[in-house]
Amino acid sequence: MKHKLFSMQVNLDDFIPATEEEKAYMVQMRPSTTFFRDGVKRLVKNRVALVSFIVIVLITLSAILIPIFWPYGYEQMLGVTPGKPVDASYNNLSPLHYGATEQAKIDAGEKVFPHLFGTDSSGRDYFIRVIYGTRISLAVGFFASIIVLIIGILVGSIAGYIGGKVDLFIMRIVDIIYSLPDMLMVILLASVLRLTLDSALAGTPLEKIGSNIISLFIVFGLLYWVSMSRLIRGQILSLREQEYVLAAQATGAKSNWIIRKHLIPNCISVVIISTALQIPNAIFTESYLSFLGLGVNAPMPSLGSLAADALNGISSYAYRLVIPAIVISLIVLSLNLFGDGLRDAFDPKLNA
Amino acid sequence: MNSKNIMYIVKRILLALLTVWVVITITFFVMHAVPGGPFLGEKAMSEATIKALEAKYGMDKPLMTQYFTYLKDIVTRFDFGPSIKQRGRMVIDVIADGMQTSVKLGLIAAFIALITGVVLGAVAALRRNRIIDKVIMVITTAFVSMPSFIMGVLLLIAFVIRLKWLPGNGATAGGLVLPIITLSLYPMAYITRLTRSSMLDVLGQDYIRTAKAKGVSKWKIIFGHAMKNSLIPVITYFGPMIAYIVTGSIVVEQIFAVPGIGRFFVSSIINRDYPMIMGTTIILAILIVVMNMVSDILYKVVDPRIKLD
Repeated sequence: MKHKLFSMQVNLDDFIPATEEEKAYMVQMRPSTTFFRDGVKRLVKNRVALVSFIVIVLITLSAILIPIFWPYGYEQMLGVTPGKPVDASYNNLSPLHYGATEQAKIDAGEKVFPHLFGTDSSGRDYFIRVIYGTRISLAVGFFASIIVLIIGILVGSIAGYIGGKVDLFIMRIVDIIYSLPDMLMVILLASVLRLTLDSALAGTPLEKIGSNIISLFIVFGLLYWVSMSRLIRGQILSLREQEYVLAAQATGAKSNWIIRKHLIPNCISVVIISTALQIPNAIFTESYLSFLGLGVNAPMPSLGSLAADALNGISSYAYRLVIPAIVISLIVLSLNLFGDGLRDAFDPKLNA
Repeated sequence: MNSKNIMYIVKRILLALLTVWVVITITFFVMHAVPGGPFLGEKAMSEATIKALEAKYGMDKPLMTQYFTYLKDIVTRFDFGPSIKQRGRMVIDVIADGMQTSVKLGLIAAFIALITGVVLGAVAALRRNRIIDKVIMVITTAFVSMPSFIMGVLLLIAFVIRLKWLPGNGATAGGLVLPIITLSLYPMAYITRLTRSSMLDVLGQDYIRTAKAKGVSKWKIIFGHAMKNSLIPVITYFGPMIAYIVTGSIVVEQIFAVPGIGRFFVSSIINRDYPMIMGTTIILAILIVVMNMVSDILYKVVDPRIKLD
């Protein structure tokens, strides 16, 4: 068909559907990035945070997985066999040494699993005790932070959302709890609660966890939620006044939608960061209490109680103190550094 | 001093008083909720003896009466009653005994932490991103993550057991050196980081550039202009530092066998000496609350730019 000048006829070739290749060409060169992906990218670029994260993952995995295949139990006294006198050669073994009966087996050509860190004064394999101690310390830190998180969110959002007299009343209580000397109160409550709880827990499934850990959780639930609730209240108060919330309201958004789509996503990074920074704090408190003898119930080990037990034989077995000391410091250090990295990566107000 | 400042100070003092009252109340009722009285541990005691002892210590009266008596004795005479396990001694005397060593220990530690922290922080800020700054930051990061008891036992292993340079018993001459170092390391590291960041902040201000442009000498800028303003945030750390030293000394005194208040506290927890536990908790709490209050007030008064709430 001949094309005439000024004709109203359209060139149909211009209107055939684009092929897949052409479509692909028109698509943006780079996929658009979400807030979360952007943060992860920043986090991965931060070497210190990345290394700390790997250290945390390695420690956590070994605390969970190693007890599955390790041939010794944390409370198993190797020198004690039912019906025989206690074999004292198993007590206080140096690293990679063996007890008398094990030595006999090795001489006979059998293989015996080595005691990597030796044994303690009751003949218990020290490596597995350190692993269990790490497990307990991590679990306490994690659950204590979750408790703090839940109570903090609940109280903080109630205070921030309702406002008025309720807010004033809650914030005065928060002020007072905040100015209480926390460690002294923790020691006081922990030393008293364990006595009260022992009788109350007897026979329930909670008995196995031990009254000391439960009292530690109660203490955390009572005292440490205040800074979290302050944070959340502040967030809600400032977010409520933001212009995009007003804009959403003006376009007819329901408050349910505003909370889900605007308030929570903007709050969540701050909340996650301060929870991450709460975990080392809890681990620290637990080890401090265990060191004073107010922590986990024997024979359950925690890193703090292992260090405290090792204090007795410190002149001959210093490594028994150094090992849990290094593990605690490593956990606390890498959690702190990772928390800092998270804050740098996910707190958009700091990037500005 | 304007009326707003005075209002703030009054409010802050009221909050401190309220906090101390809450501490006393919690301590009293928590201690009295313990199952089995303080005499439970004693061997072979007849009902009559326990009754007589309870009457002697006023423990047979109703709980609220005991509470108000206790409160009144503290407020009017600063009297925490007699110690139950250390016969014939008043709680306040035992605490005063322990305080002598602990206060010395704590004050020296705080002083060392403050001086070295500020100096190291300033050096790090002035030599930003050089080797010395990086070394200081790595060391302080490590110190901040190490619990005080771990620091204490590591020093004990190194200097007492391996090197044998210092005695491990805090009651002997030179025995306080290690406890002081242990207690001062964490606050020192914290103050270093605080000083560094606030110094960097101040050094970037316009008035520093103006001073430089006017030809003021480097040292005059550092000490006359930068130092003064960058120390303001350090004031806020006074309260938390005292709290850290108080709680830290509880374990540190245990590790180095220092005859201070922290050791009495731990042994009274083990012995269930209720009046001692209550007295020590309350006195240490008052110390911490007052120091927090002082540092808060100082902070707001020193810097007129800070808005009062």
